[in-house]
Amino acid sequence: MSERLSVRKTYKLFIGGAFPRSESGRTVIVNDAKGRFLANAARASRKDVRDAVVAARKAQAGWAARTGYNRGQILYRVAEMLEGRRGQFVEELRGAGLGKTAAAVEVDAAIDRWVWYAGWADKIAQVTGSANAVSGPFFNFSTPEPTGVVGVIAPDSPLLGLVSVLAPVVVTGNTAVVVASESAPLPAITLAEVLATSDVPGGVINLLTGHRAELAPWLASHQDVNAIDLTGAPGDLAADCERAAADNLKRVHRPGDADWSADPGTARMTAFLETKTVWHPVGV
Amino acid sequence: MPDLSTFADTAVSPAELRGFLHGLPPVDQVGAEERAARLATRSIKKSAKAYAIDLAISMVDLTTLEGADTPGKVRALCAKAAHPDPADASAPKVAAVCVYSDLVGEAVRALDGTGIGVASVATAFPSGRAPLDAKLADTRRAIDDGASEIDMVIDRGAFLAGDHRKVFDEIVAIKAECGDAHLKVILETGELATYDNVRRASWLAMLAGADFIKTSTGKVSPAATLPVTLIMLEAVRDFRAATGRQVGVKPAGGIRTTKDAVKYLVLVNETAGPDWLTPDWFRLGASSLLNDLLMQRHKLTTGVYGGPDYFTLD
Repeated sequence: MSERLSVRKTYKLFIGGAFPRSESGRTVIVNDAKGRFLANAARASRKDVRDAVVAARKAQAGWAARTGYNRGQILYRVAEMLEGRRGQFVEELRGAGLGKTAAAVEVDAAIDRWVWYAGWADKIAQVTGSANAVSGPFFNFSTPEPTGVVGVIAPDSPLLGLVSVLAPVVVTGNTAVVVASESAPLPAITLAEVLATSDVPGGVINLLTGHRAELAPWLASHQDVNAIDLTGAPGDLAADCERAAADNLKRVHRPGDADWSADPGTARMTAFLETKTVWHPVGV
Repeated sequence: MPDLSTFADTAVSPAELRGFLHGLPPVDQVGAEERAARLATRSIKKSAKAYAIDLAISMVDLTTLEGADTPGKVRALCAKAAHPDPADASAPKVAAVCVYSDLVGEAVRALDGTGIGVASVATAFPSGRAPLDAKLADTRRAIDDGASEIDMVIDRGAFLAGDHRKVFDEIVAIKAECGDAHLKVILETGELATYDNVRRASWLAMLAGADFIKTSTGKVSPAATLPVTLIMLEAVRDFRAATGRQVGVKPAGGIRTTKDAVKYLVLVNETAGPDWLTPDWFRLGASSLLNDLLMQRHKLTTGVYGGPDYFTLD
């Protein structure tokens, strides 16, 4: 018996439900925590950002039009698929430098976080919406609506951090263009494989790997992006992005350092919601 | 090749016409598609791209051909034709606005003094299935209302049945009705079945006096494609070589992105030659294309990607 040839995975981008290579044809070498070669990941270019925004825009109306209940079902399905790939995620997190136990704990926490956010899909409107008392014969009520296309600069926590910034964006009906962790991008692409096999419509979540400093400014200045989450952008870059984002009045979410194991609260969901208030005449 | 001057004479027999059209060299299908695909890979960047975008904008026949067209929509379209990008006065105006014949008057009033042409589709667009009297009346009405260009459709049924003479005579009759207005003849290549037929229809239209040959109505799929446009560009090039008369080409339908438009410009330059690279001899029939051209122009001038929210819908 001859020895088997190794079959290794090509880590590509995730745009519009497909796995294209970078338009630029470039790759980056990903090493493990000890500096040993792990894989070549795609190095996205500004044109991949552009394509991803087009895909996200196309998917946005349909995703927002689904009932919260249905979005919740789909996101819960993602958690089911994550569970099935547990072992693979643990391996990849170990490659990113976590110990065996720590990796397992992080995967569990990530799946739990995803389920927690999935549950919010059909509840966020009740919590953030309101019936308002007004002086007049009107029934006045406010409901939350998604902001639109959200750019996300993901933090370096390769799975729990990614899940913690991504899930709250999409659960409310936004679509996302995510720039994954620069140092540990591989779990993000494995997450993309999970998303591709779990009923999430193509384009709702788009994942790019590469250099943040190269991609984030294009996302921040893009006129067709409605909001940007700068969680993973270091200080200088975040400041530049915030300035660029002001041009078309993007919503900017730029929290301080986060403890991903802490209770997340609803702040990340409400950061990418718009409030619509309706005055409805009542019986005259 | 027979003496082409005989074709100006309406006495030429159906058999002679048929003999001439079927005597044209056949199209190498694989070769044409390969050539068109090869030319489509040209990389046009930076200043060349900026030039191509402005040229493409100036070649656009901004079109609205819907049953739901209203005078208000036509006026809005005309305003956009004159000032494609209200935020940037350096953006060129388009070549013409293309509407149904009953809305020509509205477009002429709205475009008064802008130098933009008004093209009217006529002759029972898009099917071409109407008696010749009706087609002539349709054309006359558009001309009377001030159309400067007429986009007529050929009778594909007659062409496919082999009745080339009927198609020829119809074009001659419409051309006579046009007076000074330019006549664009729509071949509707999506219904002609073969590239050989596209070549024959191109020659037929040019012999009958067309000022422009146009690929499609936009109502039939496939509409304009690169190989079909390549064949038509070859036809106008060869026609000029044979007769000395230059005829324009207008692909229409399905051209939606700047990338597509630039591919067509490359095709024109490499096939017919730079003489055709002006709005006088090459047009792009489109509606949504203009917004994409403007977004790309915005990207080149400002350095950031634009969004469709910042341009008008129609």
